[in-house]
Amino acid sequence: MRKAFANAVIARGHESDLFFLTGDLGFMALEGVRETLGDRFINCGVAEQNMVSVAAGLAQEGFRVFVYSIAPFCYARPFEQIRNDLCFGGHHVCLVGNGGGYAYGHMGPTHHALEDCAAMSALGLHVLAPTFEDDIAPMLLRFSGPTYLRLGHDARPKGAKAPPYSPWRQLLAGGGGVLAALGPLASLAWRVIEPLSEATRPSVWAVTELPLSSIPESVGTAIHSGLPLVVLEEHVSQGGLGMQLLYNLTIKGINVQHFQHSYALGYPSGRYGSQAFHQGECGLDEVGITSILTSLQMI
Amino acid sequence: MHFFDNSQYLHLNNIISIAYRRLLKMHFKSNCGHIGGNISCLDALMTLHHLIMSSEDRFVLSKGHAAGALYIVLWSLGFLSESDLDTFCQEGTALPGHPSGSGIHGLLFPTGSLGHGPSLASGLALGARQKKLRNHVYCLCSDGEWQEGSCWESLIFAVHHGMDNLTILVDQNGLQGFGSTKEVASVEDLSPRFLAFGASVASIDGHNPEAIVTAVANRTPGKPHIVVLNTRKGRGLPFEGQLASHYLPISEEQYEAACVSTPEEVDI
Repeated sequence: MRKAFANAVIARGHESDLFFLTGDLGFMALEGVRETLGDRFINCGVAEQNMVSVAAGLAQEGFRVFVYSIAPFCYARPFEQIRNDLCFGGHHVCLVGNGGGYAYGHMGPTHHALEDCAAMSALGLHVLAPTFEDDIAPMLLRFSGPTYLRLGHDARPKGAKAPPYSPWRQLLAGGGGVLAALGPLASLAWRVIEPLSEATRPSVWAVTELPLSSIPESVGTAIHSGLPLVVLEEHVSQGGLGMQLLYNLTIKGINVQHFQHSYALGYPSGRYGSQAFHQGECGLDEVGITSILTSLQMI
Repeated sequence: MHFFDNSQYLHLNNIISIAYRRLLKMHFKSNCGHIGGNISCLDALMTLHHLIMSSEDRFVLSKGHAAGALYIVLWSLGFLSESDLDTFCQEGTALPGHPSGSGIHGLLFPTGSLGHGPSLASGLALGARQKKLRNHVYCLCSDGEWQEGSCWESLIFAVHHGMDNLTILVDQNGLQGFGSTKEVASVEDLSPRFLAFGASVASIDGHNPEAIVTAVANRTPGKPHIVVLNTRKGRGLPFEGQLASHYLPISEEQYEAACVSTPEEVDI
């Protein structure tokens, strides 16, 4: 999604209060951004703590700042700078983490971002996890205050058209329950579930913002009626979509009777591989989703 | 920047004496520690805010544990009242032991965790340059703070971008939380390291206002400027130059002894 992100920034490059900082990342992706923004684009080098605090200083002077790096270098390395310098002041800074979840696959665990949404949510950032490349431009239009943008891979079914942007979007109708997936995993669920009978399959929802905005009424109604809830996220179970959704449903007095949660398990085999390899180890692939649906008698 | 005549320095020294006594009183009444590192930078903070900075300039207190000294400076400028100071470190205060970064004139960021200020100040300086403003950004650090890697990240950045609208003052009192900077990190004087990184550097007596004014003015175009303030932690207190001045509040006996040894307030 980084090229789509770059194009979205370029499209807004004429806005003179936009500033872009990168932590020495962006080869073959951000050259156009650099050209468009000119001296409002700075490669801060391999110094993420400095980069985030510089962004806070720029924001204090009235700029809206993008801070770009590989996801863990963006949210984990400068955690205290994000907390003290961005969040306490409520600055308009968007941290852009490329490679959410296991997206950096073979690069190994230091390059994976498995707890980013929880960590950033806990600090009060607005977390954006686009499902489709098309989501990025409307998301950036809404960017205000401390924000974390988690970029992954658009995995929509071939030829599929992304529905208009909304923090909750139904990708498929279904009468067998509700499946909510964070970011790009919604596309995978869409691909796997689309051929199934609408009467028995779950409705598939793409959720792209945390903390959760209001839960669609039809989702609450289906769950309240006793139908199963399935949550998929390439993120640890603590503090991610599953926990936040259960909390919100509980607050609303909606009792979840059947709950299945597939999430990032870390490295259960102690082996490393592609994003698909790790997704498979966590049941976040076609086999895993099919297995859940079978256990819930949706197939 | 213009220079000042003797009467102006005499006037400033009088105000500093008043500020010193008020700082002692505030820390004594609140039973709040960190008095040593507040006193060591008070002369520089007063000189900076009374003689050097314009209303458009920005200031970042990176050594947030010197919040008391900065509050006293703001009081001396009329931005805080006596009753404000009486709330220092009390329940419901706007003046906690480290600045919150909001609600107080001129305090832009919450500081207290060391190593943030130079980068924040670099961001302000970069923003000012981008907006073609002619103001200057000042930042006050401690010396132990330069054991934080982020400080060096910021210095590399500021030097690379030729930020000559940024001046960092370093309160080099030689003592940190649990030892001297020499004992803890084999550092007695940071100046050679700053020079090696490409900054413009001056090293002076940090308790001498005239020397501070001269050193701050003596910048080099195209380089960030660093003024190393050689100071005494807890200057004038019974535990001057001792570790006890870092954390411990001052006792009644110490407070009274310090007041006796400090010149009485002078009409100004």
